[in-house]
Amino acid sequence: MTLPEGWEMVVGLEVHTELRTATKMFCGCANVFGAEANTNVCPVCLGLPGSLPVLNERAVSMAMAIGMALHATIAPSTFHRKNYFYPDMPKDFQISQYDLPINSGGYLDLPDGSRVRIERAHLEEDTGKSTHLGASGRIHGADRSLVDYNRSGVPLVEIVSGPDIRSAAQARLYASELRAVLIATGASDGRMEEGSMRIDANVSVRRNGEPFGTRCEIKNLNSLRSLQRAIEFEAQRQVELLEGGGVVRQETRHWDETVGATSTMRVKEEAEDYRYFREPDLVDLAPDAAWQQRVADELGPMPAERRAAVVGLLGEPSDAQRDAIDVVIDLGLERFVHATHAAGGDVAVALARVANELAAAEDVSKLTEAAFVATIALESSGQLSATQAKTVLADLIASGGEPREVAAARGFEQLSADSLGDIVAALIAANPDEWSRFRDGDDKLAQFFVGLVMRETKGRANGKAVIAELHARR
Amino acid sequence: MNATAMAERVRRGETSARFLAEESLRAIRARNEELNVFLHVDEHGAMAAAARVDDAIARGEDPGRLAGVPIALKDNLCQVGVPTTCSSRILEGWRPPYSATVVERLLDAGAVPMGKTNLDEFAMGSSTETSAFGPTRNPLDPTRVPGGSSGGSAAAVAAGMTPLALGSDTGGSIRQPAALCGIVGVKPTYGLVSRYGLIAFASSLDQIGPFATSVADAALLLEVIAGHDPMDSTSLPEPAPSLVAHLDDGVAGRRIGLVRELIEGADAEIVTAVERAASVLEAAGATVVELSIPELRLGLSAYYLIAPAEASSNLARYDGVRYGLRVTDEDVTAMNEATRTAGFGAEVKRRIMLGTYALSAGYYDAYYGQALKVRTQMRDAFKRAYRDVDTLLGATTPSVAFTFGSKTNDPMAMYLSDVFTIPTNLAGEAALSVPFGRGEADLPTGVQLLGPGRSEARLLAAAKVLEDVERGS
Amino acid sequence: MSGLTRTEVAHVARLARLRLSDEELDLFTVQLARILDHAADMQSLDLAGVVATAHPYDLINVVREDVVRPSLDRDVVLAAAPDAEDGCFAVPRIMGEEL
Ligand SMILES: [Mg+2]
Ligand SMILES: [Zn+2]
Repeated sequence: MTLPEGWEMVVGLEVHTELRTATKMFCGCANVFGAEANTNVCPVCLGLPGSLPVLNERAVSMAMAIGMALHATIAPSTFHRKNYFYPDMPKDFQISQYDLPINSGGYLDLPDGSRVRIERAHLEEDTGKSTHLGASGRIHGADRSLVDYNRSGVPLVEIVSGPDIRSAAQARLYASELRAVLIATGASDGRMEEGSMRIDANVSVRRNGEPFGTRCEIKNLNSLRSLQRAIEFEAQRQVELLEGGGVVRQETRHWDETVGATSTMRVKEEAEDYRYFREPDLVDLAPDAAWQQRVADELGPMPAERRAAVVGLLGEPSDAQRDAIDVVIDLGLERFVHATHAAGGDVAVALARVANELAAAEDVSKLTEAAFVATIALESSGQLSATQAKTVLADLIASGGEPREVAAARGFEQLSADSLGDIVAALIAANPDEWSRFRDGDDKLAQFFVGLVMRETKGRANGKAVIAELHARR
Repeated sequence: MNATAMAERVRRGETSARFLAEESLRAIRARNEELNVFLHVDEHGAMAAAARVDDAIARGEDPGRLAGVPIALKDNLCQVGVPTTCSSRILEGWRPPYSATVVERLLDAGAVPMGKTNLDEFAMGSSTETSAFGPTRNPLDPTRVPGGSSGGSAAAVAAGMTPLALGSDTGGSIRQPAALCGIVGVKPTYGLVSRYGLIAFASSLDQIGPFATSVADAALLLEVIAGHDPMDSTSLPEPAPSLVAHLDDGVAGRRIGLVRELIEGADAEIVTAVERAASVLEAAGATVVELSIPELRLGLSAYYLIAPAEASSNLARYDGVRYGLRVTDEDVTAMNEATRTAGFGAEVKRRIMLGTYALSAGYYDAYYGQALKVRTQMRDAFKRAYRDVDTLLGATTPSVAFTFGSKTNDPMAMYLSDVFTIPTNLAGEAALSVPFGRGEADLPTGVQLLGPGRSEARLLAAAKVLEDVERGS
Repeated sequence: MSGLTRTEVAHVARLARLRLSDEELDLFTVQLARILDHAADMQSLDLAGVVATAHPYDLINVVREDVVRPSLDRDVVLAAAPDAEDGCFAVPRIMGEEL
């Protein structure tokens, strides 16, 4: 879907990412997703009278890591209070950074070659979360809400892009690349479905060459697909409105995924008045060169560079392989692919196993690179079938160990070499007609014998090894 | 008996903490109905704390420097499980699930908190008349105010209910009631005492400090509560200063500045008291010079924009959602409004409105922004003064304790009673008020000593010189 | 004169979530104007080059280690709530959404 001839959309994104610290931004409560409601709360993150915030050092380090990854300038910064009433916000103000953010300037290069400027990436605290009861469960029409403050005070970095994005697809690409970068810094898990990364889109349209139009802000887009669809819809809506002689009202809009449309959430009747002022309970932040260097030292290469390195091993990757590479980079698992390559193993097989079996695992710390490489080698040489190799990997991920031993424990190894030869010989003897047709060149019959071997071995044989055995005897 | 002597006797086993707590309870019961000093008397908690001290002594353990000394807490200090109201309907019935750092330190030192004292609602006032639970009466003359906002704590000490009390000073709320009740009150350097658990009025100005009947007791209490606290980001990263050890340092060799702006407009008797204090200090070996710091005249204006601005934000959380009062209404916004409208008194509303206005779009630069620049000038002016002298001298208040209702109809008139105390808070520096002289109706007057940050030991030593002369010792 | 208007005072009351009666609105307009007028002494100063002081001291980088400390007991926390349900603070319906 594209805009009518002569129109252009202008999009800027505000991405909020929760930081993967152990504790909240200003108190020692655990920063975890999915705990029972209101169990990770204390006087500070409940905004109890008399409580005071103390800044989490790690949150600052993570914010700087994000800034460095986005080529931003790290500068002395201050905290402000953004004042507005909201039941999810226990102090009825949010501690955020205002005129002096920790990171300003910077850019992100997208895989399509375009560059989006980053205006700022600042620290702030998250709010609690409310559930709306009654009616449809949506905010409008609910007659009662329940508030959980576990998320209150979780550290956030808000990354504000320049108004440089010109299509919904580019917006999606930006968000997905930014997500990969955030994950690579170790500051975020990028889990949009859990709300740890949330996106607001500022969308306006203009006739080519004209100044920027009035923008609308679409709030809380929680998947890349919603982001793209919402921007597409909103730009179309604005163009239709303007072509029909109407005007765009500056407002905040809500994206309804099921209806596939944005709708008015809040009209900015009078300019918002957040009465920002310096947070008197916090002092200024000015990380010195040594602190910044420590963060820089821990920062590894970014996804674009890492992706290129894996692509280089494959030559011309297919689309499916490109998707697999994205998954592997997001999870930081490409070391297994590189190790396979270094050992002269099959990189394509390694990539597929990492993007599937390893990616699905919660924790791969028990699987050594050597064990992985050896498993791929066993699979490539036909000593293990694909199914067996996957089983062996699952066992290695769960309990560690050596692939040959794991395979032996599973009883896989009995089928290799001699025993497989015996089984094949017996089956040839029992099926002389099919064997002679195979010998006469009817290759389809190979599958007939493979099937028999599989039945005989209860699926434990390696198909490739069976075919090799058949060919050897032809 | 003073606190220092009490703790000594308890430590030596000459009296018990339980006995002192019972004596304190008796004194409270005798006059609390008349004076309305305590909003909550924590009889059970006090007796338990006293028992812990006596038990520690029985076991041969060190019961702490304030062993068995009864103390009153201003009701804007959180103590776990003890009702804490800030003298506001909006917090009525709230029991904090945690204690202020100062309360923890008091208990560690063996002090016995007797309960929570009355204050101007959210510490906004200078007479304790804005309390939602009725005014406190001055024990020296019950037809008059005890000052404020820490009026209850000052009255508790002046009435002999407890030898010590804690208050908080945002623009003079310890020094002014101390002067009006004839006792010692100290506003410590900003950051010297942790604010964790002090319910905020204006965060960049608030400081907790001691009330006592003597300079020595005030020094002892301040030593116990001061020192770095990791729970308060604005807490100075250093241990408590040594104060008691320097009480008898005297003032020989000191240069003290008598500040014109800190006596102008004060009652004649008060000016006389300050001038007499100057001669006493001179006689004790100090050099006293008269000086002028014109910037101090701007303090009131800056303060009445900065403090309300911070307060408007600090008091937003009283919204009926998590604790305290809720007045139900059809949606959350209406509930917030109904709750705040019913829960806050007129003075609190006035300051929230003023602060909201000063911060709002279009007015920030002219009001709040300008006030912060005046604050810079105030700090610079003090710094310049301290190049010539090491201590400043002036009045604490323009008048002695005034009668009820005499300033309640005109907020500006009430605000003017803090004119001499406000500059110290804006500068984040130290000051104290020590009883010296008598004014109208033979009521006590207070003399104020001011110094740069961390000058408490010096100020207390100078105050001791005045106290000794006043007591004829 | 500050020129503070009744309309401005009403707007500020809305921002501060306070309801004022007509009489209160009149009274506050007069009283706030008086306080703002007193601040005129300050407003007339030329302080263009002066830095604002928001903090009394110049501490920087006060941080704490990222180490978990115990949270409060939920029952204690919710016991203070005007209304609670299902482990949560309960409130009447919310009309808009922020953040
Ligand atoms: Mg934000
Ligand atoms: Zn917490």
